[in-house]
Amino acid sequence: MAEHECELFECGHRACGGCGPALAARLILKGTGENTIVVASTGCMEVFSTPYPETAWGVPWIHSLFENAAAVASGVEASLKKQGRDEHVVCICGDGATFDIGMLCISGAFERGHDITYICYDNEAYMNTGIQRSGATPYDADTTTSPAGKCSTGNKRPKKDLPAILAAHGASYIATASIAYPNDVVKKIERAVNTPGPNYIQIHAPCATGWGFEGAETMAIGRLAVETGLWVNYEMVNGEVEKAKKIVNRKPVEEYLMVQKRFRHLFRPERNVEEIAKIQAIADRSAAKFGIDVVLKKPE
Amino acid sequence: MMEILEGSHAVAEAVRLCRPQVVSAYPITPQTHIVEALASMVADCRLDAEYICVESEFSALSSCLGASAAGSRVYSATTSQGLALMFEVCFNVAGMRQPIVMTIANRALGAPLNIWNDQQDSISLRDAGWMQCYAEDNQEATDLHFITYRVAEDHNVLLPAMVCFDGYTLTHTYEPVDLPTQEEIDAFLPPFKPYNTLDAKKPMSLGMYATPDYYMEFRYEIDEAMKRAKQAFAHAGREFAGQFGRDYSGLVEGYRLEDADTAFVAMGSLCGTVKDAIDEMRADGMKVGLLKIRTFRPFPSAEIRKALSGVSRVAVLDKNVSLGQKGAVALEVKDAVYGSGIDVFDYIIALGGRDVRKSDIRTIAGLAEKGIGDQYYGLRMEVL
Repeated sequence: MAEHECELFECGHRACGGCGPALAARLILKGTGENTIVVASTGCMEVFSTPYPETAWGVPWIHSLFENAAAVASGVEASLKKQGRDEHVVCICGDGATFDIGMLCISGAFERGHDITYICYDNEAYMNTGIQRSGATPYDADTTTSPAGKCSTGNKRPKKDLPAILAAHGASYIATASIAYPNDVVKKIERAVNTPGPNYIQIHAPCATGWGFEGAETMAIGRLAVETGLWVNYEMVNGEVEKAKKIVNRKPVEEYLMVQKRFRHLFRPERNVEEIAKIQAIADRSAAKFGIDVVLKKPE
Repeated sequence: MMEILEGSHAVAEAVRLCRPQVVSAYPITPQTHIVEALASMVADCRLDAEYICVESEFSALSSCLGASAAGSRVYSATTSQGLALMFEVCFNVAGMRQPIVMTIANRALGAPLNIWNDQQDSISLRDAGWMQCYAEDNQEATDLHFITYRVAEDHNVLLPAMVCFDGYTLTHTYEPVDLPTQEEIDAFLPPFKPYNTLDAKKPMSLGMYATPDYYMEFRYEIDEAMKRAKQAFAHAGREFAGQFGRDYSGLVEGYRLEDADTAFVAMGSLCGTVKDAIDEMRADGMKVGLLKIRTFRPFPSAEIRKALSGVSRVAVLDKNVSLGQKGAVALEVKDAVYGSGIDVFDYIIALGGRDVRKSDIRTIAGLAEKGIGDQYYGLRMEVL
């Protein structure tokens, strides 16, 4: 891993214990280095890292609104270009800001071809406002606006395929990553900021508070998402998948679901076989699409 | 050099002379000719700027914010629905103290959809922390851009500004305009010196969140900056007058007010019609005058009180209405003269581009003298 003498994302911020996005921020800045301007959206990370007059950011950082980071970054990039400056312009935004309310600005910025790297820290719901579902919330997840109940199994729709949407915009480099694989995150960020943009990276960032697990389990939960195929780490170059992380003996999705409160309703009062099978099918389709399965026979 | 130019093109030339480094805008009638002209200038290397063709007004102002924070002088233009779409960003730009100058080609707000002139759009943003100037003619619209950039970027002010001029009435009208040379404007308007900027060599965080322990002080600081902007306008206006001979140092401007009994108060192109009507009424022995408000924000209360001190009544011509109340200008003029005993009558006029003639101004003078006011003027009762 690229080591820096001091962290560019400093400790002392106010994130929950075991916060996936806080770890993502630290890894992102290891990848970008200090010659970087960060454009943030409103959300958890903005709130826990910059309560005036304190800041956790060791690089220039700007936050304007919830939905306009890509547009603000467009302006920052244009301004730097005009001045002949070479800082990397990097958006770091949550999934609500990215998948939902910020789509217009993102689409515009990618279509115009600004040299920016847009990074979504994806914790799969609006956590800052109290765990409401977003377009990034996975199928059947229980959130405060997609609650499981007598006639509901939670979130009704699968996760939006945002990397595909941005690939269709002609983005030259797109990657997914997970905080549970830190070296991979840093490598992908380094590649993105050194590839003329616009580029997109989506980082799976488990939220202990929103998903319902102990803060000490963040890395384990992140790994399980990858090991079950519910999250695939891949890279796309000019719209084609270049590389996807292989999984040896992919685990059943249950192992990931049963350790999070947001999927608890699938196991209580009794196991919801039908719904778990649907989620397994989502993982299977994704694994087949990216060709990640490696099956090794266990020694007898 | 004196040229006959369409209002929008005169403004575009003024913007070019201000040397913006980033222009970001979205087409909307009746503003479009400005940004088309700027795009042509960039294409012809007459303007050395990054031109961002955004996908919405929301992104236009958002990208201006980013570009300004990164140290560039920026420009945008919009109107009506476009300005409404920018609402959230407008407050943000002022809160982050970015000295963005934006032209507003004033137009009505829907529904019903209407592309013609009134001033409801910018008036509705009066609380956003932007300075607002209203131009009477295209010469003034042109010159106000030089002045507002100076004031906005003044480190004692650091606030964004809207230069408002009436859609179609000015934007699409050809008038003679005296355009300064580049050398003259370079002497008047120095390059942009940002106060705080995004710079990897000097990292700082901009746009943080503030708890109740800090928020009010931020708002107070903006308000104080707005008050300081009054002096900055007067100062820049005087300097401009010294260099170019056209005087915009007054936040308000009186016309034949000296011995007037009835004073009209108006903003924008309507002032021209009112002045002509006043000349005719004066010829008939009527003691009428006009107080033109040039800067609606900061609001020149003291200047208005002083200018109107000799009159008996005031007829405010409002090209806007705060629905469920009165016109916004009248309310604020009333506040300015409160306690003076002067009657202030409000006339909601010319909404959605309805024409105003000199005869209408004369009729309104008669209504005010009879004490009849606080009403819409020129309603077509037969279609109600």
